[in-house]
Amino acid sequence: MLVLALDTASAAVTAGVLRLPPVDAPEVLAERVTVSPRAHGELLMPSVCSALAGAEVSMGELDVVVCGAGPGPFTGLRVGMVTAAALGDALSIPVYPVCSLDAIAYRAGAGSPLLVISDARRRQVYWARYDESGARVEGPHLDRPGDLPVTSVSRIAGVADVLELPVVPRVVPPGHPDPAGLLAVVAAAVRAHTPPGPLTPMYLARPDAREPGPRKRVTSV
Amino acid sequence: MTGTIGTGTTGIVLGIESSCDETGVGVVQVSSGGTLTLLADEIASSVDEHARFGGVVPEVAARAHLQAMVPTVRRALSRAGVRPAEVDAVAVTAGPGLAGALLIGLAAAKAYAAAWNIPLYGVNHLTAHVAVDTLEHGPLPAAVALLVSGGHSSLLQVSSLVTPLYPLGATVDDAAGEAFDKVARVLGLGFPGGPFIDRTAQEGDPDSVRFPRGLSGPGDARYDFSFSGLKTAVARHVEAQQRHGITVPVADVAAAFQEAVVDVLTTKAIRAATDRGIDTLLIGGGVAANSRLRAVAAHRCAAAGVHLRVPRPRLCTDNGAMVAALGAHLLAAGVPPSSLDIPADPGLPITTSLVGSSSSTTNRC
Ligand SMILES: [Zn+2]
Repeated sequence: MLVLALDTASAAVTAGVLRLPPVDAPEVLAERVTVSPRAHGELLMPSVCSALAGAEVSMGELDVVVCGAGPGPFTGLRVGMVTAAALGDALSIPVYPVCSLDAIAYRAGAGSPLLVISDARRRQVYWARYDESGARVEGPHLDRPGDLPVTSVSRIAGVADVLELPVVPRVVPPGHPDPAGLLAVVAAAVRAHTPPGPLTPMYLARPDAREPGPRKRVTSV
Repeated sequence: MTGTIGTGTTGIVLGIESSCDETGVGVVQVSSGGTLTLLADEIASSVDEHARFGGVVPEVAARAHLQAMVPTVRRALSRAGVRPAEVDAVAVTAGPGLAGALLIGLAAAKAYAAAWNIPLYGVNHLTAHVAVDTLEHGPLPAAVALLVSGGHSSLLQVSSLVTPLYPLGATVDDAAGEAFDKVARVLGLGFPGGPFIDRTAQEGDPDSVRFPRGLSGPGDARYDFSFSGLKTAVARHVEAQQRHGITVPVADVAAAFQEAVVDVLTTKAIRAATDRGIDTLLIGGGVAANSRLRAVAAHRCAAAGVHLRVPRPRLCTDNGAMVAALGAHLLAAGVPPSSLDIPADPGLPITTSLVGSSSSTTNRC
């Protein structure tokens, strides 16, 4: 099967084309990763096209789209989600959403407790905690860096430079989700043709909007 | 695909609009004679989600666009009876509008265009408001266009739909539709204010109060608008009555306010046409659905010998048909499409009708 994997939940704009054999590990045919937090809308589609060209795969040959569903800063996250949804619709192929933090955790590997974090801006982070088997045991959540359970893990993956922590565990790669990690999370479901879950972004926060109070008078009473 | 890019093309255009709170998808067919046919015009609106906030909340709008985008495209294609392989181009609003909202439509449009290997046209929302009229009234001669909505109030000169529009004037403060929203709030009417004021004003006396006409003095800018002073005058008037224990005659105040807005809009628009020797006035945007504006414009245009064109109300408010219509004109004229890396531009100037037009290969996947 030929898979397009994309993610815009972090500062990186990620697109990759992979071959998923029936049994063996997925093979990355081409990937394009650009770190540019404010240009997801401009970069994503050209990155997808460039990855397809690099893999010598045409749009019509794709069997599946895998898409990071966050959590991530809203505007960038939505670019990837709507692109994946539209490509899936246009090509009549299924789109599998993946927790972007799980994709990072998969690439960081199992073996010891792991914290995966991602920059949520406004001095907040998205995070999830994984046990030594690699299973997610907590999160994803949105918190201030000071509230992270850093003492309960031995490793931390994701972008670590936004943190001001009293104790920083060993920082391990990767810093962003990559195509291999994204596909790995759902490879079994894709192989089994399990129908994908709903393509819903993980915002973890309500829109920043307040209902107006009573109208202010323009004349002084 | 029928026809050939560069020599004038016929075909079917899918249009996507997401600059504010409406997710709109339209399908328009352009035939060899250049005649446009509207095949579908589907809308998903998040307006009800904004009502309790008294205005459009950008993040709420963007979330709704993401949910609605693909289902609305599907609905439009099925309503049009068009298979994906029959679509010849995708047009989309690239600006102006809310940044996060624009991005949803633009990203979706790029994906459809790339997946189907057809041209993308990233267009100006205001030019699309002008283009939509050709769906109803046919080819557009040189015209003055008055575009009025919650987001814009502009007077423009239009020579053709595939060349830049020339700005004559604009609001210096609030958009016309914004003034309707704010006055509706003062009067305790609902959001969005336009339809509520229009309905309430039917029962009122437009001459009960004479509210100020902004920028209408002899030395003021001939084609610019100002609605902020009017809005404040209405609030002062209402508050004075409340202070004296008088029951506010809501219908009269609504009618008098609406009369002031309509008076200024029609006076300046017709003045622009006669000043420039142009005999056609086109009115578009959500406020063009206002019944009093349509009536006064018809009356005054007839008196001035100006031919008036106003699309039916459904086409005046934001929709995908207007974007598809503009895309169809661009396709028919053989204009090179946009590249796939164009940005959403919240402040896209009116002088740019088409973003990132390029005959290079970067416009295909
Ligand atoms: Zn509009």
